[in-house]
Amino acid sequence: MDKILLAHGSGGKLAHDLVEKSFIKALANPLLDKLDDSAVFDISGRLAFTTDSYVVSPIFFPGGDIGKLAVCGTVNDLATSGARPLYLSLSFIIEEGLLLSELEKVVASVQKAAKVAGVEIVTGDTKVVTRGSADRLFINTAGVGVIPEGVDASGTNAKPGDKVLLNGTIGDHGIAVISQREGLSFATKLKSDCAPLGDLVADMLKASPNIHALRDPTRGGLATSLNELARQSKVSIRIEESKIHVREAVLAACEMLGFDPLYVANEGKMIAIVPPEDAEEVLAAMRKNRYGKEAEIIGEVGAENPGRVIMKTVLGSSRIVDMLVGDLLPRIC
Amino acid sequence: MKYITEFRSSELGEGLISQIRLRSKKKARFMEFCGGHTVTIFRYGIRQLLPLTIEMVSGPGCPICVTANADLDRAIALSKIPGVIVATFGDMLKVPGSHSSLEKAKASGAEVRTVYSATDALEIAKANPDSSVVFLGIGFETTAPTIAASILQAEEKGIGNYYVLSLHKLCPPVIRALLDSGEVELQGLVCPGHVSAVIGSHPWEFIAKEYGIPCVISGFEPLDVLQCVEMLVKQVEKGQAGVEIAYKRGVRAEGNQIALKLMERVFEPSPARWRGMGEIAGSGLKIREEYKRFDAEANFDIQTAPAIEHKGCICGEILRGVKAPADCKLFARACTPENPVGPCMVSAEGSCSAYYLYGGERG
Repeated sequence: MDKILLAHGSGGKLAHDLVEKSFIKALANPLLDKLDDSAVFDISGRLAFTTDSYVVSPIFFPGGDIGKLAVCGTVNDLATSGARPLYLSLSFIIEEGLLLSELEKVVASVQKAAKVAGVEIVTGDTKVVTRGSADRLFINTAGVGVIPEGVDASGTNAKPGDKVLLNGTIGDHGIAVISQREGLSFATKLKSDCAPLGDLVADMLKASPNIHALRDPTRGGLATSLNELARQSKVSIRIEESKIHVREAVLAACEMLGFDPLYVANEGKMIAIVPPEDAEEVLAAMRKNRYGKEAEIIGEVGAENPGRVIMKTVLGSSRIVDMLVGDLLPRIC
Repeated sequence: MKYITEFRSSELGEGLISQIRLRSKKKARFMEFCGGHTVTIFRYGIRQLLPLTIEMVSGPGCPICVTANADLDRAIALSKIPGVIVATFGDMLKVPGSHSSLEKAKASGAEVRTVYSATDALEIAKANPDSSVVFLGIGFETTAPTIAASILQAEEKGIGNYYVLSLHKLCPPVIRALLDSGEVELQGLVCPGHVSAVIGSHPWEFIAKEYGIPCVISGFEPLDVLQCVEMLVKQVEKGQAGVEIAYKRGVRAEGNQIALKLMERVFEPSPARWRGMGEIAGSGLKIREEYKRFDAEANFDIQTAPAIEHKGCICGEILRGVKAPADCKLFARACTPENPVGPCMVSAEGSCSAYYLYGGERG
């Protein structure tokens, strides 16, 4: 079995071979194929620019792997500003000894995810570090996208009266990853919800360009993202427990592990804060998209108690939903 | 039957709440012994739904919270011994001892690993034959049998580098101590569900017989707790005191005999130190002489300075049900889940953490 050696990151012959055979071939596009040190392209309009690093362990998990995650995560971060994601950079930090076949599997899923997301990988880098200096494989991606005319989505824009929408079940990613952990693996058919949401957001913006805020609730879960939005916009957010969908498998795993699904990570979810008059139309658009079939209006924005998130429980009482404190699960993304 | 969503039904919940409101005439204070129940009560806002006649107070049923600083210090000291890997349930990491925490010791280079069961710790021992793996045996009757089983497995498989620091505690003796102190007057006890799954319902009978306090063993879903409260209200209104099981899908009157036998084979009752309550006779479990070679106490020279309590922290009184988190000057100010002063703020089952996270007494 071929393994990644330190020399694969040295810039020499082996490195060239790796880039040409394993990366360029799979990810081919006119900008990348030039092999210049930077990608050069024309772009017009307001740009969104973001970066994220991916260190998930294990690197392969049900429903995805670190490659798919690295594309979807960055695409979704662009989508939260309403942008249409266009170009991504892709940097690998590889621990020596990683199987070449595993790396190629990751690159293949980068390619597939990029295709689904409608983005191109236009520049990249590879470093190999000594055994123990990294955990198998880390990926960094950065991305740029263009924001359509008239769209202004920001976490600071939530207004009292706005509706809070969510595109589906929560906690799938966090539980799918933890189900594979060494010493913790339990049988579940659950898959990560990892998905690129650029199209979903485009559909939502077509229904209403007035969407006030978008946020993808990843680490820290739905609860943490709602708290961030409430704080940024200085409003309160009231949600209804009965409107938030959680799969039985996630519920069961959460009971076993002592987690609250509200704090478990997602990688294919989008929260939208929408003016009340547009909420139904945006909801209908979400439900038509393959990543929004289970979308719901889960709550609304209020003026009292700025910064607070309050949930009406299934029993009809209400309670505060705070931010996640500390680390629920190490390295889920 | 999937055993989760059915027990969170809003319709059935409303029915139970209206039954409780209808029946409850006499003023009654119920203690939920178990931290797991405290969490359910706060997570589902159950206190708000109960009539004014009923007061719920939280008890000492959080194994991490009741661990005395002196014992936390010993666990931390163990982690600093070269060649020792401390394996522990994740909740223990952040709990502050007199001077440090396992999390801080870990950041300074101690080998501390989080596990979900004693069996995982045993696997670590197998994989690291040159190290000594010490599992922190924290918990009530619920976890003690699994830890006993891990010691028996280590013996069977000849794993010589596996040790347990037994800080186990037993529930019935501490309730007796609490009731004898006369500090808190109770008209009902929500008995712990998972402890009872092991010990059964008989060990609680002295509470009904000797102290005249109704007892109902409850599960951990919101409907379980509401049903338990309804059963307690019925006893109170009829002037009766008995032990009933509301958590029938988990608990049998005779308990789990296999688990009890495992526990008895490896452990024997011993005095134990409880935070806020001092030493209580017969309330702990120590490893029997026969299994001494797995006892961390007997095999390591654990050196600690005298334990110090944190100034102003009233975790002890909160655990006795005498005070509520909001009575603490540090609560939500100097003591938060990010920077906990006392263990009740850091443990997932701690009262302060439940009050803080679910907004019981804030703002």
